Amino acid sequence: MASNLVIVNTGCANISSVKFAFERIGAQVTVSDDTAVISAADKVLLPGVGSAPAAMKSIKAKQLEACLQGLTQPVLGVCLGMQLMVSDSQEGEFGSTKTTDCLNLIPGQVKRMQVGELRLPHMGWNKVVNKYNNDLFKGIGDGEFFYFVHSFAIEDYQHTLASCEYGGVFSAAIHKDNFYGVQFHPERSSDAGAHLLENFLKM
Amino acid sequence: MLARRIIPCLDVRDGVVVKGVKFRNHEIIGDIVPLAERYAKAGADELVFYDITASSDQRVVDKSWVSKIAQVIDIPFCVAGGIKSVEDAGKILEMGADKISINSPALANPSLIKELHDTFGQQCVVIGIDSFYNEETQKYEVYQFTGDESRTQKTAWQTIDWIKEVQTHGAGEIVLNCMNQDGVRKGYDLEQLSAVRNACHVPLIASGGAGEMQHFADVFKQADVDGALAASVFHKSIIDIPELKAWLSEQGVVMRVNK
Repeated sequence: MASNLVIVNTGCANISSVKFAFERIGAQVTVSDDTAVISAADKVLLPGVGSAPAAMKSIKAKQLEACLQGLTQPVLGVCLGMQLMVSDSQEGEFGSTKTTDCLNLIPGQVKRMQVGELRLPHMGWNKVVNKYNNDLFKGIGDGEFFYFVHSFAIEDYQHTLASCEYGGVFSAAIHKDNFYGVQFHPERSSDAGAHLLENFLKM
Repeated sequence: MLARRIIPCLDVRDGVVVKGVKFRNHEIIGDIVPLAERYAKAGADELVFYDITASSDQRVVDKSWVSKIAQVIDIPFCVAGGIKSVEDAGKILEMGADKISINSPALANPSLIKELHDTFGQQCVVIGIDSFYNEETQKYEVYQFTGDESRTQKTAWQTIDWIKEVQTHGAGEIVLNCMNQDGVRKGYDLEQLSAVRNACHVPLIASGGAGEMQHFADVFKQADVDGALAASVFHKSIIDIPELKAWLSEQGVVMRVNK
C-alpha cells in the first residue's frame, strides 16, 4: 500500500503490536514523535496501552499536543489512544479522583465503567454493533467479536460509530471529522481487526 | 455478551515449549512460534507464555521470542516469568506483549503491582498465583518459585487473602493455578475457584486440571471464571480447540466461534 502511516510514539509501551499488525497487511509504518513526520503522514495512528495520566504527561513532555490537534488527515486512536481523543478522562493515578485533561479532538468524557456485579476490567472478546454505515466498518459483519481490555469508556452518544454492551452500552468506536477512535484492539482482534485496519488504510 | 476465553498456556524453558506434571519432569513439546501460530489459527482467544525458569534463576533471560510471537499472531498474549520491575515489564510490552503476569516478585514486593498499574494501566497487570491444598491444615496456601522444584517454597499467605490483597494494589486479572490439579487432567478445582470467585472482582482465569471438554463446561458454569487455561490437553491434541468452542457454545457458554 502506497500510503504512509505514522504511529505516534507517545512514550508508552505496546507500539510494537499495532506496528506488526499493520505490517502484516502490507503497510509502510513509521514510528515517530517528530511533529514534522507526524504532520506529513497520510494516516496517523494514536496507540493504546497505558494509563491516561501517564500518556498525557508523556505527550505534553514531547510537545505533541498542538501537532495532534492540528491534524487533518485520517487519525485512528486505539483503546487508550481513543480515550485520549476526547476532552477529559476520569482515569487518574491509582487511588486518585483527579480527572485528566485529554486532547479534545472529539467532545466527550471518559468515565469509569459502571457494570454492577460484572468484573472490571472489561477484558476479552465482545460483540460490536455497527450503528452507521461507515468506511471504517465496511464489510465487517454486525455483531462481530473484537478484543477489549479496559475499565474506562465513553458512553453511547452523538459521536458513537459502533457500540458494545457490558453492564451497559458504551462506545466501541467514535468518529468526528477526520478523527476515529476504537475502544477495542484491532491489532489483537484476529481477522475482523485486520479488516478494520485495512479499511482505515484505504481512507 | 462478553465471551468466555479459552487460553492455551505455553510453558517456555530455554526458548522451547515444555510441559511437566505437577510442575515437575518437564518434557519438550516444540518451538514457540509455530505452536503460537497454530493456536491462534485454531481459534484460541488468548495465549499465555510462561517462562518457568525465569523467576527462580538469577540470570538474565533472553526474551527475544516475545517480539517474534507479536509479529505473527493476531490475538492477545501475556508473558509471565522473570518480570521483577517496571523496567522489565516495559521491555516485554514494548516487544509486543499485551499483558505481563507476575507471581513470585509480587509476593516479594506487593507495591510492584501498584507501580505497574500506574505506569501501564490496570489492564496489563496480571497476577499469577500458585495455590496448593494442604490436606493437613485443610487450607489453600500460596507457593512461590514454582518454576524450579529445588527452590519452590510455601509462603505465609493463604490463597484467598492474597487474592484480596493483590486487588487492593491494582491487579487487573488473576490466574489461579491449582497445583494439586496441574497436569493430571482430572478437572479444575471447582470448589476452590468458586470460593475465590466471590472474592475476585477482576477477571479470574482457572488453571490446572483440564482433561476433557466437560471440565471446561464445569469451570465456566459452576465456578463462573472468565477464562480457562490449559496446556497438555492442547499440546497433546487430546482436545481440539474449534471442536471445544463449538461444543461449549452448544452448552450455552458464550464463545467467540470462528466463522
